[in-house]
Parts: sequence; structure tokens; C-alpha cells
Amino acid sequence: MPINYYIFLAVALFCIGVAGVLTRRNAIIIFMCIELMLNAVNLLLVAFSKMHYKALAANQPDAGINGQIFVFFIMVVAAAEVSVGLAIIVMMYRNTHSIDVNFLNRLKH
Amino acid sequence: MSKFVYLVPLFPLLGFLINGLLRKNLTKSLISIVGCGSVLASLIVSVLIFSETRQSGFQAVNVNLFNFIDADRLHIPFAFQVDQLSILFLLIITGVGFLIHLYSTSYMHDEKDEHFARYFSYLNLFVFSMILLVLGSNFVIMFIGWEGVGLCSYLLIGFWFKTKEFDDAATKAFVMNRIGDVGFLIALFWMISLFGSVNFSDVFGKAQAAPASALTGITLLLLVGATGKSAQIPLYTWLPDAMAGPTPVSALIHAATMVTAGIYMIARSNILYTLAPVSQSVVAIIGVTTAFFAATIAIKQNDIKKVLAYSTVSQLGYMFLGLGVGAYTGAVFHVMTHAFFKALLFLGAGSVIHALHEQDIRKMGGLKRLLPTTHLTFLLGCLAIAGIPPFAGFFSKDEILSAAYARNPIYFVVGLITALMTAFYMFRLYATAFQGNFRGTEDQRKHIQESPSQITIPLVILAILSCIGGFLGIPDVFVRDSHLLRNFLHPVFEHSETLSQTVEVGGSRELTLIGVSVLVALVGVVYSWSRFSKNPELGEPKGFGKVLANKWYVDELYDMIIVKPVNVLGKFFDSIFDRAIIDGIVNGVGRIVQYGSRQLRLLQSGQVGAYVLMMVLGIIILFAIQIILRK
Repeated sequence: MPINYYIFLAVALFCIGVAGVLTRRNAIIIFMCIELMLNAVNLLLVAFSKMHYKALAANQPDAGINGQIFVFFIMVVAAAEVSVGLAIIVMMYRNTHSIDVNFLNRLKH
Repeated sequence: MSKFVYLVPLFPLLGFLINGLLRKNLTKSLISIVGCGSVLASLIVSVLIFSETRQSGFQAVNVNLFNFIDADRLHIPFAFQVDQLSILFLLIITGVGFLIHLYSTSYMHDEKDEHFARYFSYLNLFVFSMILLVLGSNFVIMFIGWEGVGLCSYLLIGFWFKTKEFDDAATKAFVMNRIGDVGFLIALFWMISLFGSVNFSDVFGKAQAAPASALTGITLLLLVGATGKSAQIPLYTWLPDAMAGPTPVSALIHAATMVTAGIYMIARSNILYTLAPVSQSVVAIIGVTTAFFAATIAIKQNDIKKVLAYSTVSQLGYMFLGLGVGAYTGAVFHVMTHAFFKALLFLGAGSVIHALHEQDIRKMGGLKRLLPTTHLTFLLGCLAIAGIPPFAGFFSKDEILSAAYARNPIYFVVGLITALMTAFYMFRLYATAFQGNFRGTEDQRKHIQESPSQITIPLVILAILSCIGGFLGIPDVFVRDSHLLRNFLHPVFEHSETLSQTVEVGGSRELTLIGVSVLVALVGVVYSWSRFSKNPELGEPKGFGKVLANKWYVDELYDMIIVKPVNVLGKFFDSIFDRAIIDGIVNGVGRIVQYGSRQLRLLQSGQVGAYVLMMVLGIIILFAIQIILRK
């Protein structure tokens, strides 16, 4: 499959994520949209690394392997981030009985 | 020995540092020892160097300490030059300086320890700067000393800084000196651009090849500096006010040494002046006018120190006249004799003030019996300044006057009238203060007593010098080739003398001139002695005398045409330029920033969505920039 398809899919996913972050007020949905953006990037990484592998495999057997490994690291970091984010949301709910991010503008005062 | 010339300024510098830094811990006797000892050490070194310079075949020695300024092609070394002129000035400065330091130990004894030390540290700093001024081998070192003595003069005039009047006098002296210094500074830069150097040897060597107009400009600018420092018209009014300082300060700085710095500078650059006849005439005219003008003012002054101050201005005018008519030796000779008798007169006046706590001569009288030593030495000083032979002033004044006659008889006539007035006002001062009956209060009479030996010893030494100092320069008419000072200074002024080919006044005519000037001086002395010893003028002056007593209203004139307009201009700039424009800009910038930040603060809404939106927009903009730039 040509690399274009992967790119389009990744851009579409990323834009959906951005739009979700900008428009939704529910913290959990915003969180999911961020994950979506993150995964769009992961997808691109994997696709490009596969492309490099194809192009260079003749001379360089380990070409493009880095990208594949790197994605696992991103996933781990993302998982850690999720746990922190969810904890914040829990605390937020305890305080405001809501997960509407617009309530957070109270932090300004 | 001349290799160790740096010791001469070093001792007073150390004295200044010790007394200045430890002023709270030292006792008065220690302070006196440090203060006087440092100058005495300099005097001893100077005498040793002097004995070396007297040997035949002595060449000027340059002692290079370090490179002071090294920029591209301009090299200014921190170097001292030992030659006949500088060593002569060194002897005057350290010799008279030491006597005055000694005198001060008693005169200033009533001050607190701390102020006593402050006084001596300033005095040592002054001696250090003055030595730097005369020892420097280029104009920059001379300028450093020049500014140093100006600073010390300011500090010492305002020594009793709690009195507003004294502060004002100090400021006046400082500001007027600065006006002159600007001239000196411009001349300095001009020299750098013209000759590429400020070393005496380079400048004087290249001077003959330089265009006459540039030389005239440089010498006139140097003259502006000299008129400031040496209190000549138009910048002389600070000197009489400078009498606010302690009397020994007036003797050392404002009579014997600092005010002769201008004469030293012109004598040092004698070749430049010889090559610029226009400037030389200007020097002579300024000198003779100042001599005459200051003498007229001195006639009607009643403050003992003011009379001496105006007579100093007048005598400095004589020296300028001497420089202007090419009698460089005569001018330097007069510097020396003047240092002796004027320091003597000031110290004598200080002794009187010390005894009476009174400066108005109308309230003195009859001090002859009450202060015998002071009286005798003061009388000798008056005879010396009046030009009565065989006292010192006679020889030097006569040399200047005969040289003036050779150049232009008008100078001679004005000089002669000035000599008459000098004799007149000095003996008016003497007769009013020392002859007649005591006019002070009964209380003063009871406490009056001759000053202690620290005061009388310098008086006696200076009186002896005033009596015999003149024999260093006996005119050729009396004894052929016995002008020791001219022979000594010959190497310094040789070049100028061959260039200008001074006309000698013939033997019989010179005798006539001497006879006339002695006669005139005698007339002045006898007339004013007989007139003022019996019935001194005690009342307020009337008519023309009032104009003289008010110093021709020159201070008022300066006040009107310079000080007031400058003040008005200053107020204008203060209110319009400074407050409206400068403050407006500064405050405006602050206000714009405050306004801008108040508006920007609205962006900080607390809406998470808005933040994210801005972040996304920012990223898009960054991408756009990236894409545009790559093309």
C-alpha cells in the first residue's frame, strides 16, 4: 500500500482529535481525543519506518527498526500519562461534582 | 639620583593614604609627623636631585614608569622629566610646602583629630598632585596634576564645609577652573592631532615645522587654561573668594604653588609661544591688565586676606607680563621670589588671625608691640613685595619690567603704576594693622600673645629667603654674568632665546629704569606709611573708592551676564526639557507597557478551550512560517 494512504488516515485521525479537544467540554472525551492524536502520530511513525525498511533493506538489514521500537516507548509514556490524567479528572470530580472543563476556570481566582 | 625621582611624589602620596585612611585612629602628633615628614622626605630627595642638575653637562633625564595610554599610534608614557625648570619648581613646592605643613601643625591644632588628619591628607594630596604637574614629561601627566591640584584646592577651600559661604567659594573656584580646563583639554587634543604625541620633546621638536595658525590656536587655548588656574582676567574672581579656606592653604595653594601652575605651563611650552607672537602679545596684555586691575581693587580692601589675595592676582599678572614679553627666566624668578614673600605674608596674616580671631584690618592696629616676630617678618615681606632693594621682589620685578620696556614702553609704564600701587596698598595694610593704637576689644588685648614656634620658625625662614632670594638673579648692569638663575635655566629657554633674539636694554638706560622703579616704590611706601600709621581710614569708602571696594562690581557683572542667564536657562530646561520631554518619554514608556499588559491580561481567561485554540493556532502559524521560509 502506498504511504499516502497511511498519511491521509493519520492526518484525518489527528484532525478529529484536534477538533474534539477544541469543541468538547467533557474532560474524558478531551482526553480520548488527545489519545487519538497521539496514536495518529504513532501510526505515521510505524508507516514511515516500514517505508524506510523497504527502501534500504538490501544494504541495511536493520533499517527502520528504530521507528518500530520507538512507538512502544510512546505507548508506555502515553499509558503513564493516562494514569496521571485520570487521577486529575477524579480529583476534579471530587471537588466540583462535574467533569466539565469550563468549571476549571475557577482556578484563575 | 634623578633615576629615583619617583620618590618625590611617592612620599606625599603615602602620607595622604596613611593620614586619609587612618584618620580616626591616629593622634595629632602622629598625624603631624606623617604629614610634615612625607614632604620633608620629598624635599631631601629634591635637594639631592638638584645638586645633580647643577653639575656641568647635565642633560634632561626622562624616567619612564609605565605606559599610561597605548592606542594605535598614540603612546603616552607615564614618565617624569627632570630638568632645570622642573627641579626648580620641585624645590619651591617641597620647600615652601614643608614650611607651611609645619606651620599648619600649630595653626590647625584646635580642630578635632579626625579633621586634623583630613586637613593633612588633603594637603599631602595637593603636594603630590603639584609634583606630578611639574614633573610630568608630557602634557597628559601635567593635566592629571593640573586636575589634582584643582580638586585639592576645592577640598581645602571648603574645608570648613559647614558654612554655606565657604562651600559656595569652593564651588566657584572649582567651576571657574573647569572653564579654563576645557581650553587646556582642547589644546591637548589639538596637539595630539597635529603632532601625534603629547611628549614635551616631540611637541617642541616638531613645533617649528607646524603651521603658525595652529600654533596660535593651541597656545591661546593653553592660555585659557592658564588664566583659569592662575587667576587672570577674565577668570580671576575665584581667587579672592578662595580665602575662605584656612590661611596656610591660602599661603600654599593660592599664593605660592598652585596658582603658578599656569606660569609653569607657559614657561614649559615657551617655544610654542615664541613661535606664536600673537599669543605672546595676548599673554602680555592679559598679564599687565590683570596686574593693574587687581592692584586697584587691593587699595580699598579691608580684609587682611583679601588684600593679599588681590595682590597675588596682581603679582601673577606681572609673571604673565614677563612670559608675554619673552622674559621667561624673569617670570620663573618672580614665581620663586613671590613664593617666598607671599607665603610669608599669608603666614604672617595667619599668625595675626590666630592671635586676634579677626580679619578686618580696621579692628587691628598697634600689633607692632604685641606680636613682635610677626611684625618684623611681615614688614620684610611687605618690603620685598614692594620692590625695595635689596629684597627679593626688587630683582625679579625689575627684570620683568626692563624686559617689558624692551618690548613695549607702554607695558613698562602700566607695570610701574602697578608697582606704585603695590607699594601703596601693602603699606596701607601694614601701617593700619601694625602701627598706631590697638583698636580691638579689651578682651582680645588680654588674650593676645605671640604665636608658638611652629608658626614663627617658618615665618623667620621665609623672611630670610625673602631678603636674600633676590641675589640669585643680580642684573648684568650691577655685576656682569652673575645672574645665577638665568645660567641655571639657560638650557630650558635657550631655544626660545635664540629664536626671538631678545633686545637687551642698554646699560645706562637700564640703570635709569631701575632707579625710576625704586623711586616709585619708595614714594608709595613712604606716602602710605606716613598717611595710614597715624590716622587709618576706618569709615566706609565713598565715591570712586566705593567702586574699588566693591571690586569694580565685577562679581555683580558676572552674576548678571553669566550666572543669572545660566540659572534661567537651567530652570527652563528643568521645567520644559527635563520634566516635559525627558520625563514624558520615560513615564510614557512605562504607561504604554502598563496599558498594553492590562489589555493582554484579558487573554488569560481561564477557559481551557481558549488556551488550546490559541495553541493550535500558534502551531499552525509556525507551520506556515516554516513552509514560507523553505521556499
